[in-house]
Amino acid sequence: MSSEQKSMSIIVTKGSLDWAYPPFILATTAAAMGLPVTMFFTFYGLPLLFKKLDLQVTAAGNPAMKMPMMGGHMGLPNLVTAIPGVDAACSVMMKNLIKKKGVASIDDLREAAVDLEVRMIGCQMTMDLFEYGQEDMIDGIEIGGAATYIECATQADINLFI
Amino acid sequence: MADHTLDAKGLNCPLPILKARKALKEVPAGGTLEILATDPGSVADFEAFCRQTGNELLEHSVDDKIYRFLIKHTAS
Repeated sequence: MSSEQKSMSIIVTKGSLDWAYPPFILATTAAAMGLPVTMFFTFYGLPLLFKKLDLQVTAAGNPAMKMPMMGGHMGLPNLVTAIPGVDAACSVMMKNLIKKKGVASIDDLREAAVDLEVRMIGCQMTMDLFEYGQEDMIDGIEIGGAATYIECATQADINLFI
Repeated sequence: MADHTLDAKGLNCPLPILKARKALKEVPAGGTLEILATDPGSVADFEAFCRQTGNELLEHSVDDKIYRFLIKHTAS
């Protein structure tokens, strides 16, 4: 075991289904390994704190997103991603894959983060900007700003921006 | 025979680790937890988990794509 207690912070800036995974996986795993963890949700990361998650994925502008299909892998040209319903279909496909491969849902990982006492901070400015209130968020989170995060980051050994 | 067994088969990263941490809380100090998993990444991950948390990885083996870990609950 490491001789001193390490800690970690993550700035969460993205709220799509795919990008919700890295911060929640790292936060829960670090907390399970005994590290105090703080997550700061700002801009498009803020919706990950909403009571009801409705996460979507898009292949638009993402040439690396290729789904396994009929023994191969298939991506979508940007133009196709603009067709109504394509993003929704991609999201359903991704959620099915997640279930099939035994990958946790974001709801489950977030619940694990709460259980593991991960400190979650919603960005006040983002809430004001996009007109959200604390009543939109899950219980047990804090609301704070840049200074709140920086104070935490100065104490942490690992600071990630995702 | 382990004091507790955790069936983490079919679960992907990081669920075996998260469930193991939860299961270890039910194991008294000095007791053992057996974990069964199918995630090939769990081998490196349980080694790292044990190094970091101070629990002892007594054994690990693989049989017919099932990974088996035996962890002694030594951390405080």
